Amino acid sequence: MSSRVTLAVAGRVLAQLRRDHRTLAIMVVLPCLLISLLWWMFEDLPGAPFDRVGPALLAMFPFIVMFLVTSVTTLRERSGGTLERLLAMPMGRLDFLFGYALAFGLVAAVQSAAAVGLAVGLLDLSIEGPVWLLTVVAVADAVLGSALGLFVSAFARSEFQAVQFMPALVIPQILLCGLFVPRPALPAVLEGIGDVLPLSAAVDAMTHLTRSSSTGEVWADLAVVAGYAAAGLALGAATLRRRTP
Amino acid sequence: MTSAVEVAGLTVVRGRREVLHGLDFTIPLGEVTGLLGPSGCGKSTLMRVLVGVQAGVAGTVSVFGEPAGSRSLRHRIGYVTQAPSVYDDLSVAENLAFFARVLGEERAEVERCIAAVDLGDQADQVVARLSGGQRSRVGLAVALLGSPSLLVLDEPTVGLDPVLREDLWSMFHRLAATGVAVLVSSHVMDEAERCDRLLLMRDGVFLADGSPAEIKRVAGLTDDADIEQAFLAIVRRSPT
Ligand SMILES: Nc1ncnc2c1ncn2[C@@H]1O[C@H](COP(=O)(O)OP(=O)(O)OP(=O)(O)O)[C@@H](O)[C@H]1O
Ligand SMILES: [Mg+2]
Repeated sequence: MSSRVTLAVAGRVLAQLRRDHRTLAIMVVLPCLLISLLWWMFEDLPGAPFDRVGPALLAMFPFIVMFLVTSVTTLRERSGGTLERLLAMPMGRLDFLFGYALAFGLVAAVQSAAAVGLAVGLLDLSIEGPVWLLTVVAVADAVLGSALGLFVSAFARSEFQAVQFMPALVIPQILLCGLFVPRPALPAVLEGIGDVLPLSAAVDAMTHLTRSSSTGEVWADLAVVAGYAAAGLALGAATLRRRTP
Repeated sequence: MTSAVEVAGLTVVRGRREVLHGLDFTIPLGEVTGLLGPSGCGKSTLMRVLVGVQAGVAGTVSVFGEPAGSRSLRHRIGYVTQAPSVYDDLSVAENLAFFARVLGEERAEVERCIAAVDLGDQADQVVARLSGGQRSRVGLAVALLGSPSLLVLDEPTVGLDPVLREDLWSMFHRLAATGVAVLVSSHVMDEAERCDRLLLMRDGVFLADGSPAEIKRVAGLTDDADIEQAFLAIVRRSPT
């Protein structure tokens, strides 16, 4: 591990993003637009339903966007030869992984600051807990998405395939996280599965922050998300072989 | 020590197939060694072995006296994969600056390497907007960072115009003259004459190993024959 190399990787990923305005817009502006759209859809319904789905959305976007962006960018590194060149250089595998996690964590912080600012400031989402903690959850969530994206990039042969992992790995988590049907109301088996999925923990943490000012449970959920993110990074590291067949 | 690389009994299995079958060779310092052979014969595989990114390797491969892939070697080898292996969405200078940071090299080294491949005027252009030849020179510039003592270049001259190829070959010889071991692969036989020494490869074995003149003599040809003829003569003679 070398902090010089980690920072070099993170700086380079950010420089690439700065050049790529469309991706940057997808990462930061699109979640805001979608949240606004949902808010608008629920506007005329009774019972403030946006307060129920809002937190789940704040947890979902960093996860999905980082999953997609990371799986495609690392796949490009694998197929374009740059990863092979880096591995022939004095770069540790963890330098590479942490560099990516750092860069995308930063982008996620910006993204969730924008989304939280919009939801709380303009769309009147009520939040009882500390707003900064909301951002911390979003960043952990984004790192989780990055870690999973990194992992699946090892199994995809093309960018098209990488994107196809999204319905397989991400959509079930969205369905079972409690956004559509509250988890306790799901059939027992699905509830059990939903309860252990990482996105559910992130959604729970966000929901809790909007309803209560106590933070104990938030930290517990955050620990679950962080645990999954660490496991994802470990799996990612395992797929990042210096010697390949 | 006069050899950068010493290899004995090198076999490589890729997928389920053995693609290199028991190679023995050395790569001397201070010379340009050409690795020539038809497409699919195993050139890239051999180069990947030397830089330590190939799995399924058996035999002894030592680079500067250490097993290939050792951590201490990673500063001493410049490698260009068959794809230019640079970031298309960054500028030339940004690419070089990134790899220089990974290697722990100075900022001045970036300018030196950009100048070495004659891309000074394009330094601030995004790589995606360069021509194919310019792009492969960016890849080469990255390999020159930190003045490595072994350069492993996988088909660095493919798709370049004759003038540029000429320039690159003179650069390889200039580097070799400073004591660097340069290994260049190509599937174009007409580049053979430019090498000090040749490894002629076919289907994972060496057909010949020597200077262009020696190889022609072994093939029973005169000096004004070309390597392609020598290659064919040796192929026809060898039992298949
Ligand atoms: N990832 C892989 N898995 C399994 N077999 C592979 C893989 N890559 C290459 N091969 C096989 O190994 C052999 C040697 O391939 P290699 O890429 O070393 O050839 P090459 O001489 O570099 O060819 P070219 O001039 O086209 O670049 C080929 O027969 C190829 O089919
Ligand atoms: Mg090749």
